Amino acid sequence: MADTGRDNMEYTGAPSVKERAVKILTMLLLVLWALVVLFPFYWMILTSVKGYGAYNAEYIPKFFTLHPTGENYAEAFSAVPLARYFLNTIVFTLVTTGAMLIVITFAAFAFARLRFPGRDLIFVAFLALMMIPNELVVITNFVTITNLGLRNSFTGLILPSVTSVFYIYLLKENFEQVPDNLYYAAKVDGTSDLKYLFKVLCPICRPTLVTVTILKVIECWNSYVWPRLITDDPRYFLVSNGIQEIRENGFGRENIPAMMAAVVVISLPLLVLFLIFRRKIMEGVARGGLKG
Amino acid sequence: MEVTLRHLTKRFPGRGKNKGQEVIAVNDMDFTIPDGELIGLLGPSGCGKSTALNLICGLLAPTEGKILFGDQEVTGIPAEKRGVGMVFQNYALYPHLNVLQNIIFPLENLKGDQKLTREAMRAKAEEVAELVQIRELMDRRPSELSGGQQQRVAIARALVKLPRVLLLDEPLSNLDARLRLKTREEIRRIQQATKITTIFVTHDQEEAMSISDRIVVMKDGVVQQIGRPQEVYDDPANLFVAQFLGTPPINVFDARVESGKLLIGGEPVMDTDVAGGSPVKAAIRPEGFEVDPKGPLSCRLKAVEVMGRDVSVVCEHEALTGAPTIRSIIDADEQPDDEMRRSGVVRFSLKPHKVLLFDAETGERLRGAGRDKRTFAGRS
Amino acid sequence: MENRDYKGYLYLVPAVLFLGIFLVYPLFDVFVYSFEEGYNFASQTYRGFGWYNFRYVLRDPYFLQALKNTLFLVFITVPLSTGLALLLSVALCSIPKVRELFQTIFFLPYVTNTLAVGLVFMILFQKTPYSDGLMNLLLSVFGIAPIDFIGGPYAAKLFVLSFYTIWIVLPFKILILTSALTSVDEGLYRAARIDGTPPGRIFFRITLPMIRPMIFYLIITGFIGAFKAYSDAVAIFGVNLNAAGMNTIVGYVYDMLYGDSGGYPSYASAAAILLFAIVLTITTVNLLVRNRGRN
Repeated sequence: MADTGRDNMEYTGAPSVKERAVKILTMLLLVLWALVVLFPFYWMILTSVKGYGAYNAEYIPKFFTLHPTGENYAEAFSAVPLARYFLNTIVFTLVTTGAMLIVITFAAFAFARLRFPGRDLIFVAFLALMMIPNELVVITNFVTITNLGLRNSFTGLILPSVTSVFYIYLLKENFEQVPDNLYYAAKVDGTSDLKYLFKVLCPICRPTLVTVTILKVIECWNSYVWPRLITDDPRYFLVSNGIQEIRENGFGRENIPAMMAAVVVISLPLLVLFLIFRRKIMEGVARGGLKG
Repeated sequence: MEVTLRHLTKRFPGRGKNKGQEVIAVNDMDFTIPDGELIGLLGPSGCGKSTALNLICGLLAPTEGKILFGDQEVTGIPAEKRGVGMVFQNYALYPHLNVLQNIIFPLENLKGDQKLTREAMRAKAEEVAELVQIRELMDRRPSELSGGQQQRVAIARALVKLPRVLLLDEPLSNLDARLRLKTREEIRRIQQATKITTIFVTHDQEEAMSISDRIVVMKDGVVQQIGRPQEVYDDPANLFVAQFLGTPPINVFDARVESGKLLIGGEPVMDTDVAGGSPVKAAIRPEGFEVDPKGPLSCRLKAVEVMGRDVSVVCEHEALTGAPTIRSIIDADEQPDDEMRRSGVVRFSLKPHKVLLFDAETGERLRGAGRDKRTFAGRS
Repeated sequence: MENRDYKGYLYLVPAVLFLGIFLVYPLFDVFVYSFEEGYNFASQTYRGFGWYNFRYVLRDPYFLQALKNTLFLVFITVPLSTGLALLLSVALCSIPKVRELFQTIFFLPYVTNTLAVGLVFMILFQKTPYSDGLMNLLLSVFGIAPIDFIGGPYAAKLFVLSFYTIWIVLPFKILILTSALTSVDEGLYRAARIDGTPPGRIFFRITLPMIRPMIFYLIITGFIGAFKAYSDAVAIFGVNLNAAGMNTIVGYVYDMLYGDSGGYPSYASAAAILLFAIVLTITTVNLLVRNRGRN
């Protein structure tokens, strides 16, 4: 049935007045919501390039500026340790994501390929863990980390989030799609399990690993609650806590343009990541990557 | 209902690497389908046959040309107002509705004075279910039915509103071989019982030949030939049609005609009254060969496959084009003798009416001056 | 061929270790905490076991305020966001030419930092002595007097929070629904069109039943998500949610744990358990409704 493409399957004759009206209304709806979505982004960029004086002089907000300035960005990096927050978040994100990838790859490999007593039972137990809400366990984790003296440390920030049952599940499903014969062939050739995992399985399942990585990076970049509980020393703040700190005591409450400059800087990495990996991210999220 | 296509053309804007160019899916289709006939639209995939079907049912609008149902022009009328019934390749049954609800669905859309009561709808559904023999399945969901049963439900749903024209898109392609044979007879029976003009699309020539009143052979959006299956088979308009119809396929040789003789591999094999000079393609149906120790066509014997009633002789000849071997079908009692098998050379004489000549360049059929000059058969 | 040995456990050690310490143990521990009365965080001692923590939390006006806020938030945002997502998804799918572009735009809130963009919302809605803010400018076009959405009347604050929550959760819902809509067999629509089915009937008799499971999935996850609301509120109203009167249950839990009002893991545990009792109940009711709808 290669004759006609799917999207050609529309009656392309002249549409009726009613059809046209419906189409226009639909388009209006889409444009309206697109504006609602885009406007905050526009406003934050706009405000971030308005001068401090100019902004405060606007009783009625202006929708554009003729004198854009970069001073707010300079202010954002100098008056508050934004660069520090940024660096912290990058370290936190990279280490957490990296550690998690190792942990889940091993676990998924064990469940998908190795045989040992009680494997299926343990896997079911793992799945059951998916139902435990984070908010229930955060209390004890807070106490645990505090008692271990790990508050205000990267270790304390990272440790509780280096495993994810959901990602183990996702990866295990993917590993299982790789034909058994490949494993047996590797065994016959004398390949060790570990080598098979890293030289065969992981390259084949790269798309899933990339998806998991991207989702985890988004999650890390936006994490707020745990870092807030576990750090009160600004030297260990992540961007989310940083922005909250800026808001509470940063530039003096009223320096909104500088605040917006900080917001732009913080939002940028994920937006860029999204524009590069748009398909991958949306696919990954659709596959069940629930936020939070 | 008589269906007339007048210079029907559909062009799509090119996509992907063909962007900017237009793709002509259907090119100047022009013929009339007599009332009550079963027509097979036949061609390789991508030939435009499905597009043609979608034009007739109204899911697509033609770029040029007209479609008439009887005397009424329906070109500008959307699909839902044309009164056509359609059976889709994958049946498109509503998975969340049971068989009865699926069949009734089109009736529930009727408005105004056509509106039916629940009982009337049910009665109509029962009637068509009876016709396609699925009465005992009315409560089942589509997922609980076999492929053949789903097919019947789809036909019932298309028939229940008494369409003016019934369209079937590759109706048998999702069935296994045995069921396909049975279902195509079934479609024939239902069509003859209802006398609804029916057009069906297929890429399987055997399927089209076996049940159609007429077949329409298409290639690259262009109709190659229209006619009764046997006529088209015996008297193809061009090499494409000759090669597309028939299993095993026709055997094609590079040949020449000189002074009234057909020469294959330089050897005269047959008299012909086609004008000589230029190279030709000689196409010989598998059943056009006769084993004959004194026959003019000499081939290298590769194998003899006995299939009961028939015997298939597989051999090679250097003038053969297209396929690597010649396949000829002969009666079981005319097998090559031991002498031929030993020497590995088999000689054939040819049945003249099974030997078709085509222009080597254009593929157009070459006809002898003396023989009856049949043009496009069955163009009505 | 079978590798029936105990090496498999070795690969599981890291995962089991982390999950055990940070997921399984805390799950039991939170119940222990919730029944330990008079727990002192500094000395880690407690008086005895009982229901006191639950009684305390249920009488705490801050908790009741948080409960009220959360319930409002849940019952406003879940139906609205699901309905809006459905509307936008259907609109998206009906104009294939612009689908990709709008889908990309609509997805943007998913990849933003909730805290950061919350600040922008605050500025858009805030009324300060220097400016009425953009939202009020818009309202003045319709002749409505300026409202302080951030520090003013409860309904206004609830509106901003609900609006921001919907803004944040919509991308996920639109994504799920558009992929559900596009996975409906195109042939069904063609069949329905040929049978002359009017658009409304196609939507209610074919489209909706086909994507029903996804809608239910979104409603259930939507309820769970909305009950756990917290960051969005912090983003707009600041850390001290109790002062703003806009705390949520999760916010109450964290406040009990940490910060100026913190140091009470027992109260926090009791509140967290209450929250999940509610979530579990609502989820069960949802599932029951769905199963009944099926038969």
